[in-house]
Amino acid sequence: MTNRMPQTPSQTVGPYFAYGLTARQYGYDWDQLADGRIARDDTPGPRIRVFGQVFDGAGAPVDDAMIEIWQADASGRYPDEADFADRGAFHGVGRCGTGADPSLRFVFDTIKPGGHDGEAPHLNVCVMMRGLLLHAYTRIYFADEEEANAADPVLALVPEERRGTLVARALGGGLYHFDIAMQGDDETVFFDV
Amino acid sequence: MTFTPRDYAGQPKWIDEGYKSTGLRGPTKPLVRIPLGRGELAGPRFGQDWVGPLDTDLTRNGRVNGEPLGERIIVTGRVLDDFGRPVRNTVVEVWQANAAGRYIHKRDQHDAPIDPNFRGSGRCVTDDEGRYRFLSVKPGAYPWRNHHNAWRPNHIHFSLFGPGFASRLVTQMYFPGDPLLALDPIYNSAPPGSRELMIADFDIDTTEPEWALGYRWDIVLRGRDATPMED
Repeated sequence: MTNRMPQTPSQTVGPYFAYGLTARQYGYDWDQLADGRIARDDTPGPRIRVFGQVFDGAGAPVDDAMIEIWQADASGRYPDEADFADRGAFHGVGRCGTGADPSLRFVFDTIKPGGHDGEAPHLNVCVMMRGLLLHAYTRIYFADEEEANAADPVLALVPEERRGTLVARALGGGLYHFDIAMQGDDETVFFDV
Repeated sequence: MTFTPRDYAGQPKWIDEGYKSTGLRGPTKPLVRIPLGRGELAGPRFGQDWVGPLDTDLTRNGRVNGEPLGERIIVTGRVLDDFGRPVRNTVVEVWQANAAGRYIHKRDQHDAPIDPNFRGSGRCVTDDEGRYRFLSVKPGAYPWRNHHNAWRPNHIHFSLFGPGFASRLVTQMYFPGDPLLALDPIYNSAPPGSRELMIADFDIDTTEPEWALGYRWDIVLRGRDATPMED
């Protein structure tokens, strides 16, 4: 660790990130880098919608959270630099605030990712909000992937009674429900990445 | 290949007594440490094509019928990893209040004027030396009701991806000599010795004569490391 430069500290994204990071979603007339629509029309793979709310320690839905997703494509491959050069390609990245939806949900329209390296299909997740000084990492797994989930090496590191907090409920028709609890008995598992 | 560990000793805690909202929002259970796989080592890679010509110039990208009010500033610096290597071709997003301390965010109710010619957001992509550069106006202080007579110091919000999902960073840049820093729970949530890393330097060489004051601020992200992390 000699001669290492100290890492810049993290700070909260604050309550007013919307016009900077999620402008279009909140009705501002300019662009944002990524939004809730991750899959493009021509992206191969099964279409899914993943939605949910973020709850604070008092059980109240958080209206100023921002969720970011990073995912593999249907064959388990992460997009690389070349893919990002093509604005119309599948980029595997999503970003959605909770304050623009009447029910304070985040909603992602995407394709189900493929598993890779022995890991079950999952979405990599960053959680940010006012009152959170460091972004929190978690994952969204899928309830209808029981066999793959049982063999997943990351889920295996999570105490069994808490694994359910990482699994989205399958509602049928490609719809998945995944809530994030910041605190409480059902506190979502967050990862030290 | 992995990333150097997140240096928690130099980072804020999840729950901070001074910053009230953390009480119900910071996780309370221990984090589960996971090995970094492809999903953590890779990350979004927005390139130069993603930045429009006015995205780096906050003095122009919100203009309707004139110049934004306030002290013009140039904010520049390098994005480095903790080995001191430049982080190239990575997107830097910024947002900030106007010179009066008012955000254009629809929920900001602070009774200070909105500047019709200032939007307060932009982005750029670092060059081969890891450099970024924005033109803007100095953001004003504003009240935030965390405690009696609570005012946020002047600051600019920064969002960076770096080379992987694991190197993601959202932080704030502060200005030198600001008397509100000593009183601000968000700034002070970072431990002494680390919080100072968020303060930019006034730089006369970056300052442009007859036009704008210059500030330099380097940002250090976790670096790619060939040494595997210890368990």
